[in-house]
Amino acid sequence: MKLPYYPGCTLKANARHFEKSAIQAMEKLDFQLVEMKDWVCCGTVFSMTSDDLMLQLASVRNLLRAEKQNLKELIVLCSMCYNTLKRANDFIVKDKGNLEKVNNFMYKENLTYSGKIEIYHLLSILKDRIGFSVIAEKVKKKLSALKIGAYYGCLLVRPEELAIDNFEDPSIFEDLISTLGGESLDFAYKLECCGAYQTVTKKDVSVKRVYEILNSARESGCEAIVTSCPLCAYNLDFLQKDVEEEYLDFNRIPVFYFTELMAVALGCGWDKNWSSLHFTDPEPLLREKGLI
Amino acid sequence: MYIRIKAADINNTQVKKIEELSGQNIFDCYQCGNCSSGCPVVDYMDISPNQAMRLAQYGRIEEVLSSEMIWICSTCLQCSSRCPKGIDVAKVMEAFRTINLRNGIGVVNPKQLGITETKDIPPILLICAMRKMTG
Repeated sequence: MKLPYYPGCTLKANARHFEKSAIQAMEKLDFQLVEMKDWVCCGTVFSMTSDDLMLQLASVRNLLRAEKQNLKELIVLCSMCYNTLKRANDFIVKDKGNLEKVNNFMYKENLTYSGKIEIYHLLSILKDRIGFSVIAEKVKKKLSALKIGAYYGCLLVRPEELAIDNFEDPSIFEDLISTLGGESLDFAYKLECCGAYQTVTKKDVSVKRVYEILNSARESGCEAIVTSCPLCAYNLDFLQKDVEEEYLDFNRIPVFYFTELMAVALGCGWDKNWSSLHFTDPEPLLREKGLI
Repeated sequence: MYIRIKAADINNTQVKKIEELSGQNIFDCYQCGNCSSGCPVVDYMDISPNQAMRLAQYGRIEEVLSSEMIWICSTCLQCSSRCPKGIDVAKVMEAFRTINLRNGIGVVNPKQLGITETKDIPPILLICAMRKMTG
């Protein structure tokens, strides 16, 4: 079965392994992720000012183009794209006046957006459409003995209206890890901000955030972190270099995209190229656990 | 600290602008402090989110606009999700930043970030920073 999906910029650049592992894993579940045509930037962050519709255009242009291609829905892998596209959609659909204004800005697309495209995160599809019990049956290599901390960050669970699970106490990630045979461990900082874009403007803020998050995961016994946001993944993984210099008690910890673990568990194996896209190479851990 | 507030300061035009940009009623806040206790970066801030709300209620918008805290906030929405009065605090913080950015204050110039090689930096990070810090 085909699923139309929206990749977003980073899945074509620094997070290529996120996209590739997702496509491979979904194939094992008999679903084909089909990239939508002519997509543009999602806008990255949802604009929260009430008077500037211009900042919603990038998101809505994608939705309009999806409609042009007769799509009914878009599956999104990146947490930021999911959050931005869904909030922009809700924002303009709720107010017909806004919808009309935004459409007027995009007259060159030769179609007006009706507001009918549904946005789903891949995790919701795995849970609600495919079902974790179905996935469990297709697991070839159980991730047993791998202790994983599920890191949600902000954008999968906030604001509450678009949270893919309970916004204060979600379990969708943990349920997926258990489905793949792994052991998911709870840790205190799983819903806390990684520092986001402060990495380029106020790096010390992000470095401290990353230290606190990863240390909290380590203290709870996690051997790896799993996430679905390329920005969180970058901060949590690549800032480990700076954290190491700042905090002497810090031990490196691999950061996975959830699709990488799915690919391993569903029998796609581990692509050597994925290792080079990580800062802390997860390969030794996977070898130690006999998973590759 | 002794603060003298004039009746004319309450609900002045700057307060109305913040309310208009954020779509929130500043006076809903009853200072429970939930936003500040949930804020993951509050220890970097010179004033806390609930203090910013209080200053806004007093009409002392300039003090918030010149504070460091509005730039430390990275819109994780923890404050908004925990406010018992349903105020979207993150939207109020965005309104403060927006007023500054529209006046050219705090605008980040990509050339000043000291990034010489963008190959290793994910596009999501740079675009996100530019979207938030250029208005």
